[in-house]
Amino acid sequence: MIQLATPDYIKTLQDNMHKLAEGVLRPISRKYDEAEHEYPKELDMFRGIKVMARPKKKKEGESASNDEKKPKRGANLGMVVTIEEMCWGDAALLLSFPNAGLGNAAILAVANDEQLERFGNKWAAMAITEPGAGSDSGAITTTATRDGDYWVLNGEKIFVTCADRSEVVVVWATVDKKAGKAGIKSFVVEKGTPGFTLEHLEHKLGIRASDTGTFVLSDCRIPYNNILGDPEVKMSTEGFKGVMKTFDNTRPLVASMATGIARAAVEFTKEQYEQKGYVFDYKKNLSNVSAAERELYLMEANVEAMRLLTWRAAWMADNGQFNNLEASMAKAKAGRYGTLITQRCCELLGPVGYSTHYLAEKWMRDSKIMDIFEGTGQIQHLIIARNVLEMSSKELK
Amino acid sequence: MVEEISFALSEEQQMMQDTVRQLVQAQVIDNIHQWDENRLLDKQAVQKFWELGIIQSMIPEEFGGYGMGSSPVLHTLVLEELASGDMSFAVHAMLPALFVLPVVSLGSVEQKEKYLPEFCNESFVPATLAVNELSVGFDIWNCETKVEKKGNSYILNGKKCFVPLANEAKYMIVVANYESNPHLFIVENGIEGVIVGEREKNCGWWALPTYEVSFENCAIPENNILGDKTAIYWLLQRTRTAMAAIGTGISRSSYEYAKKYAKERQQFGEPIASRQSIAFMIAEMAYEVDAMRLLTWKAASTIELGIDANRESFLAKIYAGEMTMKITDYGVQILGGHGYIRDHPVERYYRNGRSIALCEAMSII
Repeated sequence: MIQLATPDYIKTLQDNMHKLAEGVLRPISRKYDEAEHEYPKELDMFRGIKVMARPKKKKEGESASNDEKKPKRGANLGMVVTIEEMCWGDAALLLSFPNAGLGNAAILAVANDEQLERFGNKWAAMAITEPGAGSDSGAITTTATRDGDYWVLNGEKIFVTCADRSEVVVVWATVDKKAGKAGIKSFVVEKGTPGFTLEHLEHKLGIRASDTGTFVLSDCRIPYNNILGDPEVKMSTEGFKGVMKTFDNTRPLVASMATGIARAAVEFTKEQYEQKGYVFDYKKNLSNVSAAERELYLMEANVEAMRLLTWRAAWMADNGQFNNLEASMAKAKAGRYGTLITQRCCELLGPVGYSTHYLAEKWMRDSKIMDIFEGTGQIQHLIIARNVLEMSSKELK
Repeated sequence: MVEEISFALSEEQQMMQDTVRQLVQAQVIDNIHQWDENRLLDKQAVQKFWELGIIQSMIPEEFGGYGMGSSPVLHTLVLEELASGDMSFAVHAMLPALFVLPVVSLGSVEQKEKYLPEFCNESFVPATLAVNELSVGFDIWNCETKVEKKGNSYILNGKKCFVPLANEAKYMIVVANYESNPHLFIVENGIEGVIVGEREKNCGWWALPTYEVSFENCAIPENNILGDKTAIYWLLQRTRTAMAAIGTGISRSSYEYAKKYAKERQQFGEPIASRQSIAFMIAEMAYEVDAMRLLTWKAASTIELGIDANRESFLAKIYAGEMTMKITDYGVQILGGHGYIRDHPVERYYRNGRSIALCEAMSII
């Protein structure tokens, strides 16, 4: 049965996370925007907290239980709710949370028990993008060549989040270029491995507290057992599709980041207007309010739309439904509107929006990445369009 | 206590959605263009909808109904389906509900006994709601239509517009100012002082007859007061959510039609859908229709739980208002010149869709 009013357990989670965001993240938000790349040591308090959990494996017969039709409470919805609150606090700091890198998500999802033992408690970054392979992640050229009990990796990886702070990096490389996408596998590379160099850290428009960097792999030898998933190259792209499927889980996370930042901007702008004597009242009619008020109401509605699309994608994942389309919808909407809303709030705030004495200008810079990483807005639109039009990637390029 | 969230339809909800969808498919889709051109729809189709018993089921058994209660979520599902066929049809078909539901929820026992049994009959009973006034920036909290108490009667004066089926409605609920606050009154049509004007000519809703209704020293019995500010508040949350549901239905149809067209229409030797400029518009339509629906469902869920839905219904309504304009515009744009010709329904969606944002409370529940 349709029921979209926020449940009490979610409200409790929101309240708790909000307190954390307000008490811990907001006070140091500007500090680490300015101290670009410096590790926010205040975040050490989160080191013990398990932000990510290994997805529960279904026991045999479990899926056939009687409450099959009952909606399930799952990790995905809890995660997007938490992330929205944290990003209301500060998105760059969230990205700096220890042991909560994208690589950790990949390891938790696909590592075998032995690998989990070795890497489960380590901060893991994810290295996919290359200078010549952005959205086209099937075109990566970093190679992994088998040499007895080792893999030898060669190539360059850019835009790696948590490049400096992470202890291990999950690197995407091809074991067989001729096999195309089917040849792409992921490998865990430990920091300090000879031939694995952090070449430099990037200076960015926003999320400056997050350390984004470039790695060079030069005859980097790692143990054979560091490959994640099946080492065999199958003649289908199922394996690659499986890897891409992790995006169905991570895209709603990015959408919730955009939602958190946009909400912060709208709330702040409304507060500033209220101080000037404006009264916001939902009983009013859009035709009878000022242009600025009207816009703020509409932005609030858009934030709600971003949130609900995100919650739907997460809820579907929690309930074992394929959510590729819905995940991209959430990301497409939230990425784009996050940018538009934070920009517009700055404008409505005037000098207060542009001064670094306040956070509005920072939110505008931080939000921009949400329409870029984990697949640009354009890629999301392409995925959605192919999906609803039932056209292949050849028919709709 | 709100325990769980769910994005999935229950069996009952699914069944209702399917039923109304089939009815729209069978009765409306092939005829609506002609109805729109004729400025009148076929009442047989409305009667078919009436026979589903949706309105009768809202009425408690003691007054002759099925006593199923009323579910705001179910109503939004019904309205989206009806409006996906046509907005005029949706309003016409659900019109009695906007009399019945306020009486069921806000009325006295006496009012219920007097008015409800008639709505449990086998044929459609026209009844309507008069809210809007023909003035720039109409505000429901400051109506120009006024009521004064004189002896045992309320004397009603003023003028309403966009009153659907005012010529045939047996009863109407009128929003009017009494002692500086808006109130709801039950007015029996045909009594002295109720003057139904010429049928209005509107930008859209061509298949829905709407009228200007004037009240000139119209005396209504003391017992016909239905509610005060609280009742308006109650009503507004529901009409706003209903408008959002209708916007979703219109937008969905515009999206579906444009999507199908884009795959069929060949230019430069390939379907126009294979161009990103078109494909991206279609992607945007897809998620905006979903977003509208989710906001609508959230507002309806909140009402259903008996929680104040002031914020949720407001956001759903303004979102649907803006997005329906955007989506129905895209619908016309994707068809290009063909979209501007009345042979294609996107033209009608564009005209009808415009009304979601500008009507504060179209008379629909």
